[in-house]
Amino acid sequence: MAEMSETTSGAAKDAFGGPFLYAPAPESRAVVDLAPSYGLFIDGEFTEAADGQVFKTLSPSTEEVLSEVARAGAEDVDRAVKAARRAFGPWSALPGAERAKYLFRIARIIQERSRELAVLETLDNGKPIKETRDSDLPLVAAHFFYYAGWADKLAHAGFGPDPRPLGVAAQVIPWNFPLLMLAWKIAPALAAGNTVVLKPAETTPLSALFFADICRSAGLPKGVVNILPGYGDAGAALTAHPDVDKVAFTGSTAVGKEIARTVAGTRKKLTLELGGKGANIVFDDAPLDQAVEGIVSGIFFNQGQVCCAGSRLLVQESVAEEVVDALKRRLTTLRLGDPLDKNTDIGAINSAEQLARITELTDAGEAEGAERWSAPCELPSTGHWFAPTVFTQVTQAHRIAREEIFGPVLSVLTFRTPAEAVAKANNTPYGLSAGIWSEKGSRILAVAEKLRAGVVWANSFNKFDPTSPFGGYKESGHGREGGRHGLEAYLDVR
Amino acid sequence: MSDKPEPTVRLSVFKTYKLYVGGKFPRSESGRVYEVTDSKDRPLANAPQGSRKDARDAVVAARKAFGGWSGATAYNRGQVLYRVAEMLEGRADQFTREVAEAEGLSRAKAAAQVSAAVDRWVWYAGWTDKIAQVAGGANPVAGPFFNLSSPEPTGVVAVLAPQRSSLLGLVSVLAPVLATGCTAVVVASEDRPLPALTLGEVLATSDVPGGAVNILSGRTAELAAPLAAHQDVNAIDLTGAPAELAVELERAAADNLKRVLRPADAEGDGEDFTADPGIRRLTPFLETKTVWHPTGSLGVSGSAY
Repeated sequence: MAEMSETTSGAAKDAFGGPFLYAPAPESRAVVDLAPSYGLFIDGEFTEAADGQVFKTLSPSTEEVLSEVARAGAEDVDRAVKAARRAFGPWSALPGAERAKYLFRIARIIQERSRELAVLETLDNGKPIKETRDSDLPLVAAHFFYYAGWADKLAHAGFGPDPRPLGVAAQVIPWNFPLLMLAWKIAPALAAGNTVVLKPAETTPLSALFFADICRSAGLPKGVVNILPGYGDAGAALTAHPDVDKVAFTGSTAVGKEIARTVAGTRKKLTLELGGKGANIVFDDAPLDQAVEGIVSGIFFNQGQVCCAGSRLLVQESVAEEVVDALKRRLTTLRLGDPLDKNTDIGAINSAEQLARITELTDAGEAEGAERWSAPCELPSTGHWFAPTVFTQVTQAHRIAREEIFGPVLSVLTFRTPAEAVAKANNTPYGLSAGIWSEKGSRILAVAEKLRAGVVWANSFNKFDPTSPFGGYKESGHGREGGRHGLEAYLDVR
Repeated sequence: MSDKPEPTVRLSVFKTYKLYVGGKFPRSESGRVYEVTDSKDRPLANAPQGSRKDARDAVVAARKAFGGWSGATAYNRGQVLYRVAEMLEGRADQFTREVAEAEGLSRAKAAAQVSAAVDRWVWYAGWTDKIAQVAGGANPVAGPFFNLSSPEPTGVVAVLAPQRSSLLGLVSVLAPVLATGCTAVVVASEDRPLPALTLGEVLATSDVPGGAVNILSGRTAELAAPLAAHQDVNAIDLTGAPAELAVELERAAADNLKRVLRPADAEGDGEDFTADPGIRRLTPFLETKTVWHPTGSLGVSGSAY
């Protein structure tokens, strides 16, 4: 059993004996050919940064350096925007059916290379291979496939008989779903006839650079897609560039507000996908076993580093104890460890900075009087890790009930009536997602109607589909990505 | 005796054209064939001359395939239709020759028809998961109800393919039926059936489930009559029916209230298949289903922000 204990060393033995013992089942890294260094992708070419700056991208689970990447500065931003501007004329003049075929090609190449890309994403991001393989990559390919089909059907999308593209789109994406967020940004932008300059997050630049290579394989005209790895300064320079027509950002609410101030007074169209503090509401008539699974996937999917995570559990008082007990039992069976292992449920936290933020907020939770429980699992000695954690005795005043933690931490609150559940669910500046668990259809729909949230999942959570619009109310941002609605963000509909 | 054998010209292998029914390639149960000629009346091949029984068998196959095909996700149907485009592209040369011979076109003009046919599959591949958002939607009824209308495929569709445009016209009428989730029984152009019969070979290798598309060749009037009158056919596309026949078929179709798509003009076949097809060939084969559900009341207004 010695060799088997490796993946299960973190597992505590509770009444159920913890997780079953599994032999390690790591996905092979050999399917990914990582270069020692990568450049910026501007005008169809990989190039160094103008000032020669580079940065290292690390594996969050081992802290090894994966590669060295060129770091874009203001000069590079200008070069990329110019390339996108030059490409815009011919690209937007192409018949929609021809643009569609480029996007279909991209979708097909992503499908073909999905195993490689899943491993790459897991290496750079730290999330379990189970998620990149079964969730991220299939959605990425589906997103390109879906928007490919819109490119020649824009006249049918409900935005007038001949909707026009905006021009050059500046797109800044986060590190939690690197390639999926890229797909959400680039696919509709290109389908509508725009050209793009995209900045991936500094901790997860690699899949975007592999995507640049896919654009070349697909024969995409130069300058239509430009990829600028870099930090916040590059993002700020990009969104502030006078020659961009559209700004799309996914990330924190604080940065989103800064961008909104930056584009004020310009002609730039803006869409923002920001933070959340999703309420997952469990009524006493809910199928509780199913609800527990939904709570788990709602907050522990991608280590809780999800803007639409169900980070606040609102459970009806009469079943609160039963639900929390079942939840804790379930959490002791989760496997935390090597993200490349196919049995891993909980991977690494993406960066030391993010881990520090989670730690700071959970410490505040304890200090403010909430009761902390963490799944009794042993954390690996290298890398960034955080055990699945549940807070009970949480009040609405606690920071852990108000601020986005962006980690595997659930705050449990209780309610007595549906009206109280709605009031508590809406008591946040955010409004991205919510969940409702009940067997009664009319109750689900009545509650859904009152929730100020852009996505409401009934008896399910964290469901995504390219045809389904996603986005937030209030300070979770504005605009929608996905579906017919997602086209509006990239069309001149004034 | 000479040292070297006489050089011989290799004799080519002719193809036996067959029907495409239930994912298989049967001959007509009637054992009949008819000679197909090119535009200058030179013989090209024999095509099976399908019978009423073949038509009925095809309906059975289409009905059997309907559950699986209509139950597949729209995304999956889109992938399959795109796969048809990929397969057709790979056999472009063969289709260019067949279309050129069938329609008396130059090689370049025939190639353009084939390219347009490939693109037509791509166009409809993109519609499978979009038509619901264009043709359906939430209805703001004056009451506490969730009310949503969604399009659903009507069932088995009999398709009389255009008589002149042997491939592009055929694809233009077949692909939308498949895109909606319906299954099809196609009657190929009477005089130009060969590209249609070859298309069956493409469909058979494109992940299209057997029976979702069935292709018959023969006399249009003979095959169309039993289809128009068939009680297990939900809709009929009369595009390839000559004017007098179209009226007769529409009348027969009324017996079980088939959805009928009439020919575009009195000629029955004057349609320009190179034009943007829009959604006019999708909606005739879709039923709209509206679901009501009470939303209940919480008796509170909730937060206004």
